[in-house]
Amino acid sequence: MRKIKHGKMTGGCEDSCCLKLEGLNVRLEGEEILEEVSFHLHCGEIVALIGPNGAGKSSLFRCILGQMPYSGSITFAPAGEPAVRLADGAVTGGARPLVGYVPQSPSFDRGDPVSVLDFFTAATARWPVWLPVPRKYRERAAACLERVHGADLLDKAMGALSGGQLQRVLLALALEPVPHILILDEPLSGVDIEGEHQLLEMLDELRTEYDLSIFLSTHDFATLGQFADKVVLLNHRVLKVGTPDEVLSSPEFYQTFHLRVGRGGEG
Amino acid sequence: MELWYSLVELLPFEWAEPGGMYFMKNALLAVLVISPLFGILSTMVVHSRMSFFSDALGHSAFTGMAIGAICGFSEPTWAAVIFSIFFALLFNLVRRRTHLASDTVIGVFSSTAVALGIFLSTLGGRSFTKFNNLLIGDILSVEPGKIGLLAVILFLAVVLWCLSFNQLMLSAVHPALADSRGIQVFWQEAMFSVAVAVVVTLSMTWVGLLVINSLLVLPAAAARNVARNMTQYHLISFVGAVVAGFAGLMTSYYIDASAGSAITLYLAVWFFLSFLFRKKG
Repeated sequence: MRKIKHGKMTGGCEDSCCLKLEGLNVRLEGEEILEEVSFHLHCGEIVALIGPNGAGKSSLFRCILGQMPYSGSITFAPAGEPAVRLADGAVTGGARPLVGYVPQSPSFDRGDPVSVLDFFTAATARWPVWLPVPRKYRERAAACLERVHGADLLDKAMGALSGGQLQRVLLALALEPVPHILILDEPLSGVDIEGEHQLLEMLDELRTEYDLSIFLSTHDFATLGQFADKVVLLNHRVLKVGTPDEVLSSPEFYQTFHLRVGRGGEG
Repeated sequence: MELWYSLVELLPFEWAEPGGMYFMKNALLAVLVISPLFGILSTMVVHSRMSFFSDALGHSAFTGMAIGAICGFSEPTWAAVIFSIFFALLFNLVRRRTHLASDTVIGVFSSTAVALGIFLSTLGGRSFTKFNNLLIGDILSVEPGKIGLLAVILFLAVVLWCLSFNQLMLSAVHPALADSRGIQVFWQEAMFSVAVAVVVTLSMTWVGLLVINSLLVLPAAAARNVARNMTQYHLISFVGAVVAGFAGLMTSYYIDASAGSAITLYLAVWFFLSFLFRKKG
């Protein structure tokens, strides 16, 4: 767990940890995926990434995760020490941000003989999970699941979990070790209203408790105002950054989705 | 081997009596080395949906044998091992670079390998019949040296399982998630397919190309019906493979049929039994 707590951002980025994306460009097979993408992500902030399908949302996540080559820079600055992650994944200077990642819909068959404990241990320990899992790993997995109120899921089969339960397990995994930045790819799709509410509440709890930046993509514009501090509208380039209200009522949003959701929207 | 022979002599079978039937004693030891090997690899083959990939590997091993025979090697197995490793790596590379579904890529590779194998082995009007024993396999012809080699492979497979099973499992479940936790998915997959390639090629001569894939699919398929976690999954797959291996060899000895097919039939029975007692919900 980190010691510094900044709470919700008020001032500039000088006094807080901050992930800076500057002039990010990604070309794949001659196609421009991301162009001149620049914005900042501060600790304790929940930022929503919206955009049409194929806008480059997943590519942007993959750049931050260091899984995709890009030009431009992604820097992370805790306490003024700049860390630069190069395109080849190498890191120079400063502390590298730890990124937790909750993927979109992992594929688990109903019959998969993988228990939550197996899955968790496989991802966090060297102990081969085909052998019986020792007590200390079991206890650690239970403690991690407790963070997302899911300790009772430990011995369930991954394939038998509901969408919301699976997401909690993945979230618990992304929080071990506690990252600087938590990325969630479309966490609200495939989850019912109840699950959605629980998830958003949990994210709010986590960012205050661990002071992390949460960056998630979503298509659910109606709930943006309830949880997001900032919204980034992306369609290959950043079209608009601002509060949920600012973005939803902007002409850029209307041009992208032909939809009015924000204040003064008339259907 | 002396130790093994004296151990086997304790068994209450007519062929186990001292001073003879060494081929049967060798075969039993070979089965006890091969079946755990397949029982273990099987779990991951089924888990990462590579059933057809291992089938294609068997075909490539046959092609390798044909190439080895053409080059006039006294031991074409080594040519086959090299060829199937090359085949496995090329397959992984192509699968990564293309947008085609895995089974399509496997189909392309499998049919190419078979065609190349038949083409090479019949080139210049040669007869195909000398390859027949590869198709059926003959466990009774196994020599002590080969059993030693298989035992080394079994040891290496267990080491691989201890060191990288977790990474393999995560790579199979969700490549992007595995990647975000620092796992090199491509190399994990490549290493596993090379392991399967080596095992399939080396045991093909004794098990037979036509049934070898069933040994890689059935043990874990049966285990999946009932297992609820990874430990149960491995245990059931392992026990199933060893029991079926032993029973198959005995059956083939007493009623005189191919051991590979008898083992497979026992595994099929094992599968349907586990299906009847499958887990619910």
